[in-house]
Amino acid sequence: MENIINITLIDREGKEHNLEAPTDMNMNVMELCKSYELPVEGTCGGMAMCATCQVYVLSEHELPEKSDDEEAMLDQAFFVQQNSRLGCQIHLTNELDGLRLQLADSVD
Amino acid sequence: MIETDIIIIGAGPCGLFTVFEAGLLKLRCHLIDALPQAGGQLTEIYPKKPIYDIPGFPEVLAGDLIHNLMAQAAPFKPGFTLGERCESFQVDDDGKFIVTTSKGTLHKAPIIAIAGGLGSFEPRKPPISNIADFEDKGIEYIVRDPNFYKDKKVVISGGGDSALDWAHFLANGVAKEVTLIHRSKSFRGHPDSVQKAMDMAEAGKIKLITDAEVVGINGSDKLSSITIKHLPEGETTVETDHWLPLFGLSPKLGPLADWGLNIDKNSIEVNTFDYSTNIPGIYAIGDINNYPGKLKLILCGFHEATLMVQSAFKRIYPDKNYVLKYTTVNGVNGF
Repeated sequence: MENIINITLIDREGKEHNLEAPTDMNMNVMELCKSYELPVEGTCGGMAMCATCQVYVLSEHELPEKSDDEEAMLDQAFFVQQNSRLGCQIHLTNELDGLRLQLADSVD
Repeated sequence: MIETDIIIIGAGPCGLFTVFEAGLLKLRCHLIDALPQAGGQLTEIYPKKPIYDIPGFPEVLAGDLIHNLMAQAAPFKPGFTLGERCESFQVDDDGKFIVTTSKGTLHKAPIIAIAGGLGSFEPRKPPISNIADFEDKGIEYIVRDPNFYKDKKVVISGGGDSALDWAHFLANGVAKEVTLIHRSKSFRGHPDSVQKAMDMAEAGKIKLITDAEVVGINGSDKLSSITIKHLPEGETTVETDHWLPLFGLSPKLGPLADWGLNIDKNSIEVNTFDYSTNIPGIYAIGDINNYPGKLKLILCGFHEATLMVQSAFKRIYPDKNYVLKYTTVNGVNGF
């Protein structure tokens, strides 16, 4: 379908979810997860200020560079790995079709 | 004992606007907030971020919105208890609520309005299983009194301003030994804070360990050492008297969760007629409440506050008639 991509998200119990993601709604991965009622808090609303939407990127997709805000937040967060990103900073675009993500553990 | 008409828990935008709307009904308010300043997350997290969905303001900085709300509330002379978290409430003989804070300050009123947003801001605690066993036995999340660390060995974790600034301060003739541990090589603090800490590391006054994080806490009745995991591999143990994990603040519902309120998904269920909770006299407004169709928006919180104080008025003065007045007709008459 036009402007719909598929993203695979593995939750904290290891269960895979196939998410249909619209790319014309100005949405990000955190919002997508919330729309599927997956356990993502998104406490700060998407300002890269809480890390409750941290994900690990499992596929080889080329993602936009991290902003200073995102780098700073990941510096303060827990369970951070090399492939950590904040879901709220990954904007859904057609290039991300087939993206595989895993929810990071959360203390919040 | 502080006495008022409405105790407002949370001095964010919603709590502040409640003061104004209550003031129009001649009800006095007292605000309690765990943070040391008013404004909630707008001042604590994003004071310089622009907000675009406040009616009448095409664009307003979060900090400016709080400034304006404070000015709007000022004619009604609200009281403030800041830097104290609400812990518990009880009902007095006369049916009024008594709210106690973390510092033991008592507040009394017939109405409580919980405008607590995401909850109270509390230190982010590293996910180490036995960390709670060592809290205040060598592990502190906040530096209350620097002299507490006089001639002690101190390890600080974190890469932000508070970690850098305290490392710098404590290494300057206070602590016996200061170690700063950070997960990456780069620090995100204010450039001036970074420079000061780096200079001291170079001078040998701060022991700097980067690409590492604390993964273990050891000791019997109090902290004696911590285990550090180095990236990409390897572990070392460092003897220390104190460990200060300074990873910023995150909001927690906290003691409110135990107040007997109906809670679902970290928010308080309310009746949309007047935003009352299951406890008569206690209301919940703004981001902390939940009802079918809820949107966590400041403008929705303003609406909720306005309807809520009408209900509070009728509860305090069941026999008084009240007719809605427009501020354009009568102006704003303070106390």
